[in-house]
Amino acid sequence: MSATTQTPTAPDSRTTSKAAQLLGDRRLPVLVTATLFLAMYIAGLSRYQNYGFGEPQVFLNLFIDNGYLLVAAVGATFVIMSGGIDLSVGSVIGFTTMFTAWLVERQGLPILVVIPMALAVGALGGFLMGYVIHNFEIQPFIVTLAGLFLFRGLCLVISKESIAIGDASVSSMAQAQASLGVGFLSVGAIVALVVLAVAFYVLHYTPFGRRVYAIGGNEQSALLMGLPQGGTKIAVYTVSGFCSALAGLLFTLYIQSGDPLHATGMELDAIAAVVIGGTLLTGGSGYVLGTLFGVLVLGLIKSIIQFEGTLSSWWTKIATGVLLCAFILIQRAMTARKKA
Amino acid sequence: MAEPLPVLEMTGIVKEFPGVRALSGVDFRLFPGEIHALMGENGAGKSTLIKVLTGVYSLDGGTITLDGKSVRFGSPLQAQQAGISTVYQEVNLCPNLSVAENIFIGREPTRFGRIQWKRLRKEAAELVDRLGLDIDVTAPLSSYPLAVQQLVAIVRSVSTGAGEGQGTKVLVLDEPTSSLDRDEVLELFRLMRRLKDEGVAILFVSHFLDQIYEICDRMTVLRNGTLVGEHMVSELDQVGLIQLMIGKALDQLEELHEHQLHADVGETLLKADGLGRTGGIAPFDLEIKKGEVVGLAGLLGSGRTELARLLFGADQPDSGKVSIGGKQVSMSAPNDAIGAGVAFCSENRKTEGLVPDLTVRENIILALQAARGWTRPIPSAQRDELVGKYIKALDIRPANPEARVGQLSGGNQQKVLLARWLITQPKLLILDEPTRGIDIGAKAEIQKLVVSLSEDGMSVLYIAAELEEVLRLSHTIGVLRDRKLVARLTNGPEITSSKILETIASGEHQ
Repeated sequence: MSATTQTPTAPDSRTTSKAAQLLGDRRLPVLVTATLFLAMYIAGLSRYQNYGFGEPQVFLNLFIDNGYLLVAAVGATFVIMSGGIDLSVGSVIGFTTMFTAWLVERQGLPILVVIPMALAVGALGGFLMGYVIHNFEIQPFIVTLAGLFLFRGLCLVISKESIAIGDASVSSMAQAQASLGVGFLSVGAIVALVVLAVAFYVLHYTPFGRRVYAIGGNEQSALLMGLPQGGTKIAVYTVSGFCSALAGLLFTLYIQSGDPLHATGMELDAIAAVVIGGTLLTGGSGYVLGTLFGVLVLGLIKSIIQFEGTLSSWWTKIATGVLLCAFILIQRAMTARKKA
Repeated sequence: MAEPLPVLEMTGIVKEFPGVRALSGVDFRLFPGEIHALMGENGAGKSTLIKVLTGVYSLDGGTITLDGKSVRFGSPLQAQQAGISTVYQEVNLCPNLSVAENIFIGREPTRFGRIQWKRLRKEAAELVDRLGLDIDVTAPLSSYPLAVQQLVAIVRSVSTGAGEGQGTKVLVLDEPTSSLDRDEVLELFRLMRRLKDEGVAILFVSHFLDQIYEICDRMTVLRNGTLVGEHMVSELDQVGLIQLMIGKALDQLEELHEHQLHADVGETLLKADGLGRTGGIAPFDLEIKKGEVVGLAGLLGSGRTELARLLFGADQPDSGKVSIGGKQVSMSAPNDAIGAGVAFCSENRKTEGLVPDLTVRENIILALQAARGWTRPIPSAQRDELVGKYIKALDIRPANPEARVGQLSGGNQQKVLLARWLITQPKLLILDEPTRGIDIGAKAEIQKLVVSLSEDGMSVLYIAAELEEVLRLSHTIGVLRDRKLVARLTNGPEITSSKILETIASGEHQ
């Protein structure tokens, strides 16, 4: 610790050079992601201008096509911010599509009754995982891995086949559009943006949100400072479970079917979006707005590859992998600087 | 000073752990507006007493009275709510949050569940201001050095409970200064004095005697879990204090003193110039000659181990250089030191040295194998011969290379550790408390071994808590105090235990 050799109160005992100051700023990763998004968007504009890339609707489609991912990633942001991980996201989404399709199609329940049920099941699943993680002091990785298998298995218990949803109220909900003048947004996209706004408020303006940051920063300290660290942890996984179920509902609307193999591995997309959005995997540092840009970057990669036309969709994965690596390295540089 | 009523009174405190009586009937009192030092060597029961007071440990006997009321704390939170706050050596705050948030988290001002950020920052700024600190409360905590973080922790501590109209009555500072430099310590002391003026009773624990004498009004001395005495700082000098802590009168120590040193010490083997590490040990010069035994004397926590770790590359120095056999060596990792012929037997043989689940043979061979690299295994015949030789030479019992090290007695484990390093034929052997926790017979054997090794030309850096041991074995004695090498004494008839103690107490070499 070279810094300790300086007098404690000198204001310049903090950072010296502008570059170092910038590198130390917690907002930097979000800025980088936002800039990246902008650069990719401009590149897309110049390359596919004649193919209609400039249409406002192409931009709005990013929200329509990735609304469910945004909701799941917001839930994952809470968990990762607290220093944990949730691997059950994809399975809970898959389970929710099956659960919803089965109740609506096979049991004939109205969708408005099924929605709160699905959300309750997701939240309960998250709560139970959080409870086990906290009370038995087990690694979140293992507990949520068990959750991953459990929910995927439950999908197949409901049915081995996919269930298409023909219910009229579901399709009308799926096709509902809110016009913005230059284009429109779907119900899913609007819900996702509302979830984002609520998450932002909760993380920055409520004691619960600050506790999530505190636990991610230093769990032991949070405990010694007298914060209810156990309750916060359980709540974080409950939020993630709830968001996964909500993402599952949006996915059901988007795809209008339930399938036991829906959203396999989507937890990894959610985690990738969170990390690319600048949240430290070790917890305690990041912004939910970064997660939005993370999701938009992933969505934009998909759009660009579609516009390119000749590229296989697997290039999405490759691009995601490269980005993820790059962003992990940025995080590493940031934390290494802090330790120095 | 007319004595007011103590704010805190602990009477007949007993705390037992399985097989150990950590505290037996300790009395302790604390007056409002005083800074009180809790003194004692490591293991004297200081931490246990603090943990009992702050609710980390439950009480096995005795009473605690706070403000005339009998209390008993089940958790640190309960103690905190009653007005007893603690700041530990490690800062227990969240580095990723702002200073203001760290002060207030858990009790943020809210309206309809929404945090009032403006009010929070304003109140934090006022609090910091009132305590005379110059800290930007909106900056993240991690942007400040550890010393400031510690001040923030104190601000948080004294402000907790303030909202409930009682405030902190007792502030416990457990070794807050161990990693601070001089200016930072002064800043801390300024804050402590201000709190003292506000009537807070401060319990201060520090290994640094000078600091105790600078800031404290009164002290309580513990030894082996019992109360030795309570004294006004002004009425007890440092020599007297050290005698109380160690529990032996100076003349008593002298009788044990005898010399049996060999004379042939060769040329310089290791030379350290201005080697130092912030928070570890102040820069020092040290020279170790071939075949010389250099002893390090000093109280526990005076920097003995830190010095040794620097010479072994276990910690990285921030200043100075080391040369071995005339060649400069970069001590960036223990591997460099091992390559240069330095071996280090750590004081925690259980946690840092031996692998208890491996056999005696495997443990002995470990360092040699590491020195050769994993790609060149030692031929099994050669290995068995070497292991057999050292088991015999050091008289390790049972003399069974297949025995698991964890099942051996402490003395024999120490010998296995020694054997491991001797087998690499080091030029310099660093022994950190090699005789701690082993019986007298094994102790004598290890000391004899040190003498015979040095006669054979090996240099030894010998660290021991017992001054007699250091005196008996060393050619040169380095005296440490407050993480500083304060004197190097050439051993001779005129060097006695009391002379060393005086040097430790005064911090100067006459």
